[in-house]
Amino acid sequence: MSPVIEVRSLRKTYGDTVAVDDISFTVAEGEIFGILGPNGAGKTTTVECIEGLRKPDGGEISVLGLDPLQDRAKLTQVLGAQLQESQLPAKLRVAEALDLYSSFYRAPADWRRLLDLLGLADKAGTPFRKLSGGQKQRLSIALALAGGPRIAVLDELTTGLDPQARRDTWALIEGVRERGVTVVLVSHFMEEAERLCDRVALIDKGRVVELDTPAALAERVAVEQRIQFRPSGPVDDALLTDLPEVSSIIHRDDVVVITGTGNVLNAVVSVLARNQIVAQQLRVDQANLEDAFLELTASNKEK
Amino acid sequence: MSVATVIPTVRRSALVRLTLTELRLLLREPMLVFWGFAFPLLLLTVFGLIPSFKQTHAGYQGQTVLDTYVPILIVMMLAMLSYLALPTALASYREQGVLRRLKTTPAGAVRVLAAQLLVNFGSAVVMTALILVVGRLAFGVPLPLAPGIWVVVALLTAAGTLAVGLFVAAVAPTGRVASTIGSIMFYPLMFFSGLWLPIPSMPSALQHICHATPLGAAWESFQSAALGHWPSALALLTMIAYPIVFGLAAARLFRWD
Repeated sequence: MSPVIEVRSLRKTYGDTVAVDDISFTVAEGEIFGILGPNGAGKTTTVECIEGLRKPDGGEISVLGLDPLQDRAKLTQVLGAQLQESQLPAKLRVAEALDLYSSFYRAPADWRRLLDLLGLADKAGTPFRKLSGGQKQRLSIALALAGGPRIAVLDELTTGLDPQARRDTWALIEGVRERGVTVVLVSHFMEEAERLCDRVALIDKGRVVELDTPAALAERVAVEQRIQFRPSGPVDDALLTDLPEVSSIIHRDDVVVITGTGNVLNAVVSVLARNQIVAQQLRVDQANLEDAFLELTASNKEK
Repeated sequence: MSVATVIPTVRRSALVRLTLTELRLLLREPMLVFWGFAFPLLLLTVFGLIPSFKQTHAGYQGQTVLDTYVPILIVMMLAMLSYLALPTALASYREQGVLRRLKTTPAGAVRVLAAQLLVNFGSAVVMTALILVVGRLAFGVPLPLAPGIWVVVALLTAAGTLAVGLFVAAVAPTGRVASTIGSIMFYPLMFFSGLWLPIPSMPSALQHICHATPLGAAWESFQSAALGHWPSALALLTMIAYPIVFGLAAARLFRWD
């Protein structure tokens, strides 16, 4: 797959503050690419350079072969942006906003369909200021898609949303990708990246700390897994402690808690199966991107 | 008013679309509609019904008090739109990220600024015509004796007030600050246009100050054109200086985000 976005050695400073030190990555066509990092890591500055809103101090950016600053007119036709904390005029109505924004483009998406797709059909006549946080966010996504873009850059799209609205939004983004749009997602929610992203760039202090799939990033951090279950019959601990992957076993009433590394889950479950024991109410706490994130950004601090 | 069903999907230029949207938004602000559109006409009607306002006035070259108030009402309407409506809208757009958002679309942010100027200028043209027509037909206020000069004066006045409005939009960090600055400017500047005390009735020191203020110079120039001659060089200079100075300052200071 050919890259649709190429960022090479990007650098951006504001006075003495280095917002982006040295960032490089490529985004392939059709993927959901996550840019993650703590507040002030340089995530927003990076995407604002991609959107052509800021002029980099160094490095090169190419978006579908276009220079975001030189080729603004062409870029805005193919890149839809959802900005952090960007609002609309208070009394502009939902349908008016979509109608207006889609009129800016040569080949706009059908905004009435977007309205349905984003669950805003019954809000068409509602002024912006009367929308809930989730509705505003969905409208913001709709506007980013109004021009029928090939790339959508979404910055902090679920910040301030309740868990249900956040999950609805995630489903929506997956739908966007299925229509062939490449998505760049800025977030500081690990769960979001884990759920949505094909690849993630972890950014800290203006540099890319890691760039990989969410699963690979989580795996890179050697955190023990914890398995707990209620066995259907008595378990002989020796059967399990013999396994190289298992490091400890604790019995808590009739619940067995096992900690271990590597492929401990598979090992434990196959031993149980061989002994005709069913692991009921099985729960696995795995190292996730959150752990990886904390681990990787912490080790970056020590350098 | 379901706009979604009314507007056909005709491809019009982004500027036209933005201008129509800004007009629609302006008409949704009841305070602006009242003070900018209804109030000047209301005041004209009230003044027109006061018998003493129809009497010719010593020192007014045969004009009635009402005649001298017509340019004041036009100036007031321009000040409402330029000092209040325009900067409040633009500063809030910057504050809320509307300008940044537009920058990411093919329309760009400059067009919404142009749309705001067009809407306020267009409203001013319509209101000016209404004030002249109602004044003439309902209350017998004569039309300007030098219409050409009068139009030049009106355009210079609009350019001056809009430039000051843009300047306020450039320096005000938020919509609220912009509307506060606008209101603070409005009253003294309107005083110097003679809204409460006609300029010829002011002490001469005060009259000199009036001639240097944008709205005072505007009133004086409108009066000259109404009576059929060019304004004084000083008044003209003032009227030309304001749009240039504040327009350039606004262009230098305006921030899109």
